[in-house]
Amino acid sequence: MGMRDLASESAGFDNAPAGCGGDGAGPVGDVGNGAQVVPGRPDRLGSAAEAQSDPSGAEVRPADGDEPYDLAVVGAGPAGLAGAVTGAELGLRVALLDLSDRIGGQFYRQPAAALRATHPERLHHDWEAFADLRRRLEASGVAHLAGHHVWTVERVEGGAEWAVHAVTGADGGEERPVRVRARAVLLATGAYERQLPFPGWTLPGVVGAGGAQAMLKGGLVLPGKRVVVAGSGPLLLAVASSLAEAGAEVPAVIEASGYLGYARRPRALAANPHKLAEAVTHGAVLLRHRVALRTRSAVTEVHGAERVEAVTVARLDEQWRPLPGTGRRIACDALAVGHGLIPGIELATTLGCATRRTPDGARALVLDARQETSVRGLWAAGEPGGIGGAQLARTEGELAARAVAARLGRNPGPGGRVRQLKSRRTRLRTFAEAMATTHAPGPGWTGWLSDDTEVCRCEEVSAGRVREAVQDYGARDARTVKLLTRAGMGWCQGRTCGAAVSCLSGDPEPPSERRPFTTPVPLGVLAALPPTPPLPETHRG
Amino acid sequence: MARTPRELAGARPDPAFEITLDGRPVTALPGQSVAAALWAAGILSWRTTREGGRPRGAFCGIGQCYECLAVINGVPNRRACLVPAGAGDAVTTQEGHGHAGLGV
Ligand SMILES: Cc1cc2nc3c(=O)[nH]c(=O)nc-3n(C[C@H](O)[C@H](O)[C@H](O)COP(=O)(O)OP(=O)(O)OC[C@H]3O[C@@H](n4cnc5c(N)ncnc54)[C@H](O)[C@@H]3O)c2cc1C
Ligand code: FES
Repeated sequence: MGMRDLASESAGFDNAPAGCGGDGAGPVGDVGNGAQVVPGRPDRLGSAAEAQSDPSGAEVRPADGDEPYDLAVVGAGPAGLAGAVTGAELGLRVALLDLSDRIGGQFYRQPAAALRATHPERLHHDWEAFADLRRRLEASGVAHLAGHHVWTVERVEGGAEWAVHAVTGADGGEERPVRVRARAVLLATGAYERQLPFPGWTLPGVVGAGGAQAMLKGGLVLPGKRVVVAGSGPLLLAVASSLAEAGAEVPAVIEASGYLGYARRPRALAANPHKLAEAVTHGAVLLRHRVALRTRSAVTEVHGAERVEAVTVARLDEQWRPLPGTGRRIACDALAVGHGLIPGIELATTLGCATRRTPDGARALVLDARQETSVRGLWAAGEPGGIGGAQLARTEGELAARAVAARLGRNPGPGGRVRQLKSRRTRLRTFAEAMATTHAPGPGWTGWLSDDTEVCRCEEVSAGRVREAVQDYGARDARTVKLLTRAGMGWCQGRTCGAAVSCLSGDPEPPSERRPFTTPVPLGVLAALPPTPPLPETHRG
Repeated sequence: MARTPRELAGARPDPAFEITLDGRPVTALPGQSVAAALWAAGILSWRTTREGGRPRGAFCGIGQCYECLAVINGVPNRRACLVPAGAGDAVTTQEGHGHAGLGV
């Protein structure tokens, strides 16, 4: 397909799936949530007056005038970087926002600049691809807005433009609201870890597997000396091999699923030899460090008074039900745990973008062949469209930028390149779906909960209280359980416990991932915003 | 073979400086987040929960879970995994919600 086709296909977008927003609520869907999840900087709340002079914050504009940017990219991971540099190379004026002060996202998270790592690549695979993106970014005119926490995106100018709202500072607490106007928005916000609770998981020393990886890559630190890695999904292998390379003793990787699922889908593997190579690389590292890999097993309990001292590992049946009498203790001082990843899609769902259920029971955005969401003018790339890893993220980011260029009447580049990207995307997506199916949490995991296991860490709601809400009060979905117990209504807005609560509620629907604000917004910023008219429904051109 | 994360990455930071946790000195490297500096010192918790008063520290490492909230230089509810450590920073264990004054 040539570039012209791409342009005309973009124009033929009207066939996009209807039913945006799935559950039908408005932009601020979950009032119960919004009421209290705004930790901020109480000492600074008085400064709202400052912001009032420009109610929605300082506007960041392209260097050459007061026109809006052509493209605002949210997220500077592999997807966002590829999107931003491609867009700039096609002549678009691009702003790239990320909450982090460094580019790279999760996969290419680098040590903080001041740590002056002379060998950052040793913490990574595929550093070359990142180095290439970084070079191209430096050579481009992309406005990189680091330390910008995007909390909402809204349509302005009668639907012709977007305003991307961000708060700034390391943790968004600086209360300098910023607004970036753009003609198109690319959401490349990545993912966060799925967590399933188990007795003792709130003990200090239990950390997210991706969290341990992020702290290692960014801060060059380990959570302990002897770290068990557990949960489910391919990320565990990457985490275990990094921790071991960085000097931690890793007695075991505990995987709740098997790896047979991949063997059952030989075509997905055969078409993705690099994935096999990746697994072999991790495998070799694990072997060298004598890390045992235990499949069909889970950590069913953590022991320790003040912090982790040991874990119990039990065998699981096909449904992830722990098999009685198989528990075995492993001494360790930390546990890095995660059960796969969940697409970070809040900015999109708040705008009513259609979602789909993934094979592992999460929600991802519905995207068309050109990475556009069901809301016209809003694109997404990388994990928000379904967990698929860094290479897929890069592919989609580039594809999205080319589609944006076509939409804005620019040359999207050679048609051959677009075809190549599309076929790569199909291949990688096929693998990703196989991966999600293989590592999907089995329903039996609830068998390792005790009544006093905390499910919601923020509000300290136990499994017993959730069960009570379901059994005694007849709650049938996560929303009702939430209202009855406050599970999922705390600081993290249910990101950490959402998957678990919806499963315990017997809710057939994955959590809706609709949060009023994706990052805490200081009250001053909110107070200073002009009243926003209700957002238009899905724009269909 | 490299046996610490710093050695692995070949980090050559400027000299370390001191921050404090509840008055106790903790060494931090330029560039490390408050949470990273505390982990490096073997400290895994710096917050107690509102109901049970139980100890918590960094969990997700990427600013999503809010388990790592700390009072930094008198300001509560700061995400220690995101805030870079600065020389002389006084970190205090955050007890309870630290929500006072937010009004939401
Ligand atoms: C904690 C964690 C650790 C991981 N570690 C690895 C690993 O070691 N190896 C591996 O193969 N895969 C890892 N992954 C999987 C990872 O999702 C993919 O490898 C890859 O990074 C996906 O690329 P992406 O561009 O889609 O998203 P990401 O790389 O996640 O990039 C998304 C970017 O968006 C930014 N962002 C998100 N929301 C906002 C907002 N509201 N405002 C501003 N900026 C925002 C984030 O700061 C981030 O930089 C990890 C995932 C997580 C969650
Ligand atoms: S560790 Fe999760 S927000 Fe800091």
